[in-house]
Amino acid sequence: MPDIHPIYLVAAIPLFPLAMSLVIALLKPTRGRAASFLALLGLGVSLVLSLYVLKLSLQEPGLVQTGGFPWIQLGPLPVDFSVIIDPLSASMLAMVTFIGFLIFFYSGSYMADDPDCARFFGYLSLFAAGMLGLVISNSLLLLFMCWEIVGLASYLLIGFWYQKPAAAAAAKKAFITTRIGDLFLFIGLLWAFKDGGTLLFYYHGNGLLEPGRVAWLAGIPAPVFGLSVAGVISLLIFAGAVGKSGQFPLHVWLPDAMEGPTPVSALIHAATMVAAGVFLVARTYPLFVADPAVLTVVAWVGGFTALFAGLVAVAQNDLKRILAYSTVSQLGMMMLGLGVGGVGAGMFHLLSHAFFKALLFLAAGSIIHGCHGEQDIRKLGGVARSMPLTTVCYLCGTFALCALPFGSGYFSKDEILLAAWHNNPGVFVLGAAAAFCTSFYMTRQLCYVFPGNHRSHAHPHESPWRITAPLVVLSLFALAFGGLARHWGILEYLEPGFHAPEHSSLVMAVGLAVALGGILAGWLVYGRRALPVGEPDAVAVTLPPVYRFLENRAWMDELYMATVGRIWGALAALAVVADLALNAVTDWTVLSIQNLSRTLAIYSDRVLIDQWGFDGLCRAVRGAGFLSTRAQNGQLQGYLRFITLGAVALGLLLGWALLRG
Amino acid sequence: MVTLQHYLILSAVLFSIGLLGVLTRRHAVIVLIGIEIMLNAANLNLIAFWRFGPHLENFEGLLFTLFSIAVAAAEASVGLALVIAVYRHFKTPDVEKMNTLRE
Repeated sequence: MPDIHPIYLVAAIPLFPLAMSLVIALLKPTRGRAASFLALLGLGVSLVLSLYVLKLSLQEPGLVQTGGFPWIQLGPLPVDFSVIIDPLSASMLAMVTFIGFLIFFYSGSYMADDPDCARFFGYLSLFAAGMLGLVISNSLLLLFMCWEIVGLASYLLIGFWYQKPAAAAAAKKAFITTRIGDLFLFIGLLWAFKDGGTLLFYYHGNGLLEPGRVAWLAGIPAPVFGLSVAGVISLLIFAGAVGKSGQFPLHVWLPDAMEGPTPVSALIHAATMVAAGVFLVARTYPLFVADPAVLTVVAWVGGFTALFAGLVAVAQNDLKRILAYSTVSQLGMMMLGLGVGGVGAGMFHLLSHAFFKALLFLAAGSIIHGCHGEQDIRKLGGVARSMPLTTVCYLCGTFALCALPFGSGYFSKDEILLAAWHNNPGVFVLGAAAAFCTSFYMTRQLCYVFPGNHRSHAHPHESPWRITAPLVVLSLFALAFGGLARHWGILEYLEPGFHAPEHSSLVMAVGLAVALGGILAGWLVYGRRALPVGEPDAVAVTLPPVYRFLENRAWMDELYMATVGRIWGALAALAVVADLALNAVTDWTVLSIQNLSRTLAIYSDRVLIDQWGFDGLCRAVRGAGFLSTRAQNGQLQGYLRFITLGAVALGLLLGWALLRG
Repeated sequence: MVTLQHYLILSAVLFSIGLLGVLTRRHAVIVLIGIEIMLNAANLNLIAFWRFGPHLENFEGLLFTLFSIAVAAAEASVGLALVIAVYRHFKTPDVEKMNTLRE
């Protein structure tokens, strides 16, 4: 491949899954095996290319290459399609294709019994194409388009079992909630285009994220909040990220999104798509840096989300829902990292989180698969005995998630906490508390699911190798990725010019203390004895109001229902009334126009055109014909009269001419 | 003094009378008579132009008129024969009834 310019390779990466999704769309829905093979093939090619691009990028870490072609010319301003290779896109490409490949492989077995398997793989391939496009785009517009494609794919996949009302509702909820963020992102995009004059990120020193433009944008005061335009744009972009990455207050869709098939939860709603918001912030980081107030907002929103979701996760009983809240919490952690520590800390946590959270979801899927669809942790139990391999993998994932020493999460979370400690101690407290919650709810979950005896009547069994193999691979990554990446300087790679904050033993001690403390607390509450069926939760017994608050997810859904929902309901009722009124008016208008035209039709058509126009003309022609036939009557004398008349007329004409001279 | 104009006017009057007879009369024989009157008006014209012309020594006018009278005699006989034949066929001398070329 040496004589192909790498930018073409990068541009080709999303095209393979896209092509495959189109091919799969043409397959019969029942050809699940063929579809899974095609999807795997498409993504496999992308995986190879992505790894090659990663290798190129690793050889030359400072390398930023862009390439594109003009798409639209708007007056003097071109809108280009452009792609980019830089450490961000290269690392994301490798992560997305690698995890995606494993999850596609896993899905081939997990979804094999579904009658709509081919449709599933078509959507997955479409998602992969959109996600890869998002990662490599060098233009805010292209990024936004891919952003919407992944949003669409997410909607389609959450609602994959659309016959289930809950799934259909969750799909709508996800789509609409993220659309709120997307609206802000779109406004930010337009604003950037208006004041920045381009949508390209990097373009020979004139890109939106290059120092010249950033300084220019930071120099224009914006009419709101006393921020500069750069600050407002980055705030709007962050609002888009809040929607997509499930940050408070737009996090409500993400737990519901677990109605989709489990591989979807793993790929889209844990590892990749929800991380797109974080990625977006990391991508446009130079704009955020231009106005430090925005970064503070990012950090606080992230920190609050991390703690809030961590607390809510404590009181959930659905296996996947706990993981979903955990994802929200970890995404908040990444935002926190971006807010206080820069691209390196946030993205490092994104990458390591992708591995262990995908692992946890896939393992949860394996448990659900093995336990015949049971998702309620109070009814699971004894899984360790019947599914040993899945259990080991799940433990690996938990190990990494809880940031126990030398797991993946340990290194990335440590970076974030360290940066928070140095820059924003308030946020540090939030992050540490969130980490405590993480350990606590994971321990609670483990205590319910794995030890003891099975609490319902089904007989769990270990999943086939096609499900467990990806688990094993991901387990290795969950354990080793963080340490190895840290050792090889991933932070310096992701963020050129990164300077490590001063190492603090205190932070390390706190991090370790909350991780172990959470586990210990969880074990004290849940782990000391077998948990019988039907027994209320230990926290619910001791702190009923708190538990009820958390179990109902802080009544966020109900709050939205009571405020936004009610306003919307009133508006909808108003719209119905307006619609009826408009209908009456339009009906009346239509009826009168109808009557008018009917009258006109009678008078103009029948009288004017038919009677006068057509019939009158006919009569005139017939009369003229009658007259002229009367002349042609066979009477010689009659003819002679005409001849005489003609001769006399000629004579008169001649005489007249002679007299005139 | 009788001049060319007098002859010409007389000839025109005669022609007009003949033409009127041809146009208005319905009896076939009267129509033939009208035709004869028109012919004679023309003959009178020929004679008058010869008589008042510059070449009295030549007899073209006279000869034309003689020819014309001869032809008129022949024509009158053929015409009368035709009228009789038509009368036999249509059982009427009325020309307005003779308006078909076949039965």
